[in-house]
Amino acid sequence: MTATSVRGSGPPSGRQRAVAERTERTIRRRRVRSSIMVGLMYVAAALAILPLLLIVIHLIRLGATSVNWAFFTQMQRPPGEGGGGMANAIVGTLIIIAIASGVGLPVGIGAGLYLAEKRVTMLATTVRFLADVLNGLPSIVMGIFAWELLVKPVRHFSALAGGIALGAMMVPMVTRTTEEMVRLVPISLREAALALGYSRWRTALSIVLRTALGGIVTGALVAMARIAGETAPLLFTALGNQFWSTALRGPIAALPLQIFNYAISPYDEWHAQAWAGALVLVGIVFVISLAARVATRRRFGAGD
Amino acid sequence: MTEVLARDAAHEAAGPAPTRSSRSWTEIGSEIGDRVYSWSITGFASLVPILVLLIFVAVGVAAWPALRLFGVSFLTSSDWDPVAGHFGAAPAIYGTIVSSMLALLVATPLALGVAVFLSEFAPVWLRQPVAFAVDLLAAVPSVIYGLWGIFVLIPILREYVMPFLRDTLHLGVLPLFSGPAYGSSMLAAGLILAIMCLPYISAVTREVLLAVPRSQREAALALGATRWEVIRDAVIPYARSGIIGGVMLGLGRALGETMAVTMLIGNRHEIAASLFAPGYTMASLIANEFSEATGDLHLSALMAVGFVLLLVTFAVNALARWLVWQTARER
Repeated sequence: MTATSVRGSGPPSGRQRAVAERTERTIRRRRVRSSIMVGLMYVAAALAILPLLLIVIHLIRLGATSVNWAFFTQMQRPPGEGGGGMANAIVGTLIIIAIASGVGLPVGIGAGLYLAEKRVTMLATTVRFLADVLNGLPSIVMGIFAWELLVKPVRHFSALAGGIALGAMMVPMVTRTTEEMVRLVPISLREAALALGYSRWRTALSIVLRTALGGIVTGALVAMARIAGETAPLLFTALGNQFWSTALRGPIAALPLQIFNYAISPYDEWHAQAWAGALVLVGIVFVISLAARVATRRRFGAGD
Repeated sequence: MTEVLARDAAHEAAGPAPTRSSRSWTEIGSEIGDRVYSWSITGFASLVPILVLLIFVAVGVAAWPALRLFGVSFLTSSDWDPVAGHFGAAPAIYGTIVSSMLALLVATPLALGVAVFLSEFAPVWLRQPVAFAVDLLAAVPSVIYGLWGIFVLIPILREYVMPFLRDTLHLGVLPLFSGPAYGSSMLAAGLILAIMCLPYISAVTREVLLAVPRSQREAALALGATRWEVIRDAVIPYARSGIIGGVMLGLGRALGETMAVTMLIGNRHEIAASLFAPGYTMASLIANEFSEATGDLHLSALMAVGFVLLLVTFAVNALARWLVWQTARER
């Protein structure tokens, strides 16, 4: 739309034509700039995904060669012998995840229920805020906290301390997802249960919680996936172990710790094992995340 | 509020308040159940503030001997000598700031680009996969970034990127890009941190951008704005504080990230001007020296570094959350 078309009467004067040309030029420049910026957004998206692709490619290329049956069934071997596996570390990681879930899930779900039921109390606001802040605190701080309270007084590292440190990390994540999921439960459902003479606690547990269960399971699985690969807190608590150990009160091996120790070692065989361990760890995280996706889909699928 | 009233009403209707003597055991049972339920969820909820308090107390107690002995000089001295018993965390603090800033410098434009791309421009079929891939980036464990950094990123930096920056672009005249190209360096740590905090920034930014009302965009379009101008003049200003909050959340991640940085930064106690030189961050210092700490004071000094880290990240996260909440509330 140029000045000429607005005035519209008679042939355009020189001045009008100049104005029209200038407008035309500005519009063209703005269009070009817009296209460039939109193009840059595409480039940004591509650049952001590039590291993920590279990591996946390297994981598979370098890890797959060392992942075999022995990797899951055997213990680590000294450098130079070759072969061996991370059986103890895989089991250790699973044990630590189990302890962390045992600690983190009840507390997180309970606190989430509180937030969903009593939205506006002083405690609710505080908990919501602190949970969010806690979520962003570095994991190494959790390690120091667990070390000071659970390792230093008893004078030995333990699987239990590692599990509790990671469980504490799960609490804020589970709290927030539980709250969100419980809030999605329609109020009419709650009212119906109460009208039928259900007491509040039974309504909460067998109606509200059950309805929201799919979402809560998803949240729990996502939290488990996130702590499965945590390494820093374990340096201070579980410590790692070269030997087979499932004792909760003693140091225990963990996959991320093993990967770390092998990666910074000078031996090529251990580097290969570290890549294999990384592939297995990513596999574990991926399987848990996939389960989380399936749980979500089932939940929403049922609603449709 | 109405919900609470409705629930109370429903509850009242379910059992009209009888006198104590006429109550059946079921009613008494359900009342006890209600009490227990209410107490236990309140108890679980109170565990969260208690946990925060315990973290501060535990880390503070562990840090106290070193903090008392060195006072402010702990933050300003760069003398870290376990044998002589002198501890100053300045190089680690410096390294933390430099690596995090480098990470934000690289990650922020990219993350904003991704977020805008996903919320405004991406074709629908591309949205899900790209968003999923960026989310996956956040799910990769830190130690795997470290592993990848050691065996893939560092060789690339040492062989190609560092010589290119220093010699081909002649940036070597600046102290920032001078000196020998060590593989393990501040640059490597900063880049890996950038990759790691990108998904957090872009996730929050995307959420905030989605909260910007449609009318805001439509008004700008109606005034004849191009697609880019809509973003620049109508959407981003509206979402500004939320975006800043997202960047600060990314900063919080970068400040405290431990394993990947420990594996890539080279762990040297020195303030070097060059990004090509190794350094230390607070988190990597603790992780690297904890297992070989030579005595109680050394341990306590490490914990004091942890305490400083805790204070800083707590403040950054609290501020970030406040900013994000502020935007979300304006919806």
